[in-house]
Amino acid sequence: MKLSIRGVTFSYGSREVLKDVSFEVQEGEVFSILGVNGSGKSTLLKCISKVLTPKKGTILINNFDIKEMDSSQLPRYVGYVPQKSNGTYMTVFDTLLLGRKPYIKWEASERDIEIVYKVLKLLGLEEYMWRYTKELSGGELQKVVIGRALVQEPEVLLLDEPTNNLDIKNQLEVMEVIRSISKSEGITSVLVMHDLNLALRYSDKFALLKDGKIYAVGGREIITPENIRSVYGIHVYIEHVKGYPVIVPVI
Amino acid sequence: MREMREKYRKYVFKKIFLGITLILSLFLLSLLALAMGDYSLSVNDVITTLLGGGNRYQQLVIWNIRLPRILAAVIAGASLSMAGAVMQCVLRNPLASPFTMGVSHGAMFGACLAIVVFGLETGGPYLITFSAFLGALVCIIAVLTLAKIKNLTPEAMVLSGVALSSLFTAGTMLIQYFSDELELAAMVYWTFGDLGRASWNDIFIMFLILLISSIYFLWKRWDYNALEAGEEVAKSLGVDIEGTRLLSMLLSSLLTAVNVAFLGIIGFIGLISPHIVRILVGGDYRFLIPLSSLFGSVLLLSADILSRILIAPVVLPVGILTSFLGTPMFLYLLLRMYSGR
Repeated sequence: MKLSIRGVTFSYGSREVLKDVSFEVQEGEVFSILGVNGSGKSTLLKCISKVLTPKKGTILINNFDIKEMDSSQLPRYVGYVPQKSNGTYMTVFDTLLLGRKPYIKWEASERDIEIVYKVLKLLGLEEYMWRYTKELSGGELQKVVIGRALVQEPEVLLLDEPTNNLDIKNQLEVMEVIRSISKSEGITSVLVMHDLNLALRYSDKFALLKDGKIYAVGGREIITPENIRSVYGIHVYIEHVKGYPVIVPVI
Repeated sequence: MREMREKYRKYVFKKIFLGITLILSLFLLSLLALAMGDYSLSVNDVITTLLGGGNRYQQLVIWNIRLPRILAAVIAGASLSMAGAVMQCVLRNPLASPFTMGVSHGAMFGACLAIVVFGLETGGPYLITFSAFLGALVCIIAVLTLAKIKNLTPEAMVLSGVALSSLFTAGTMLIQYFSDELELAAMVYWTFGDLGRASWNDIFIMFLILLISSIYFLWKRWDYNALEAGEEVAKSLGVDIEGTRLLSMLLSSLLTAVNVAFLGIIGFIGLISPHIVRILVGGDYRFLIPLSSLFGSVLLLSADILSRILIAPVVLPVGILTSFLGTPMFLYLLLRMYSGR
């Protein structure tokens, strides 16, 4: 078991956001967390990356409790890409190099530079390498921040709405990259997704979150019109177009 | 891969090159500042005197007047800029600086209070300096305590700095209203940032604090880079945000407090140098911290030279000049950040 979430409960003050959430994700799987706004999806990712600390429950990576890991250890296992990223006066290269922080003692080694370059090439970012991230388009910036998480050489990659604000071509490109590296490098990817069709097309497994609780976990079989109605409160048809399942809302 | 390493080396060299240029400029400006003035000296005289030669007057001018002034400019420029760069990072606000956080105003209030309470005769320069330092410290502690107790966001910290500046300014004006002419003159004089005020002892203390702070700031440079990418990313990369922010604020405020206490208020250097360097070589704190400091030194030393020649033989307080220089830059930043993009 790569990632195991057991009975995680979290609250902001007295408002309970996650209630006894449990599920497991295998190595190399692309796992999408789905649910309406405010259902606790992002909070769950933040708990796994230790940005937030759950009130109750355990999170295990390789059967190792993340509570026991120190601050430089966890980032070697978990790469986190937040929902919103802003461009800065840091170059693309420096932004990626930052992902090596958990490994760097005083200065970046030749190996650090090599890994950064490998990821730059993998994501097709070489030509932007020396540009400030504030000069990039939304799609380019999104690839850069995913790149930063990848140079951490993580075993678990957490992405909060990775296709947010991207045009359709970039959406497909980003999802394609996530899926292919998950399969080729054996990285476990956990995504918070709003676009059900993209999630359906690129994920192996799903968790439906409703009011901070797990409504259903499983493969494509759990993405049914009934479950979607119950979680999102809308009626949908699920059709197949050229072999791809497509969710069509009915108003 | 070798090609990549080569590219990276070139990329880093560009930043180092700026550093070398700044050091050279600093050296040349220092020579110029040592040579020029009422008692004009040739570069040869300057070098001979620095090496222990020269006549009594030359030694007096160089060692007692010009050299301390230059060192004060270099150290204060570096300190204020470094403090500014770090504050802008940990408070996540490009307008944060020693001047805008109220530290300088706290010091001003402290100095004025000492002038009135202890009087000019008994007070003496050290008591006024110490009181200015306490004023600055009170301001920092107030902001940090508010931040800690009420869990303030960095934005709110900057705003509370602005509020405290205003409070201390009001306090200063109240004191001034009730003081006599001599005291008032002393207060106004103190408010002008003046590099000629520092003694060798003061310079040594300023240097010591700069040294200690730079070691901490440079040690934390990767953490600052992570913070630049956003708090959540920094946390996920293992940065202890609260601890780093608290200690960084404390040290950068201490740097400011010491400088203001010894030299008076020198505004805007801490705000503009990091921004100019950021535009020149980017926001990588590995380079931004040392380069901003060097840039700040060059800027303050240039401003001081200018203040000495602008309406010579009158020497303008350098604080006036830096404010003239800084205000347009401050407005430019504001417009760039907040104009309806």
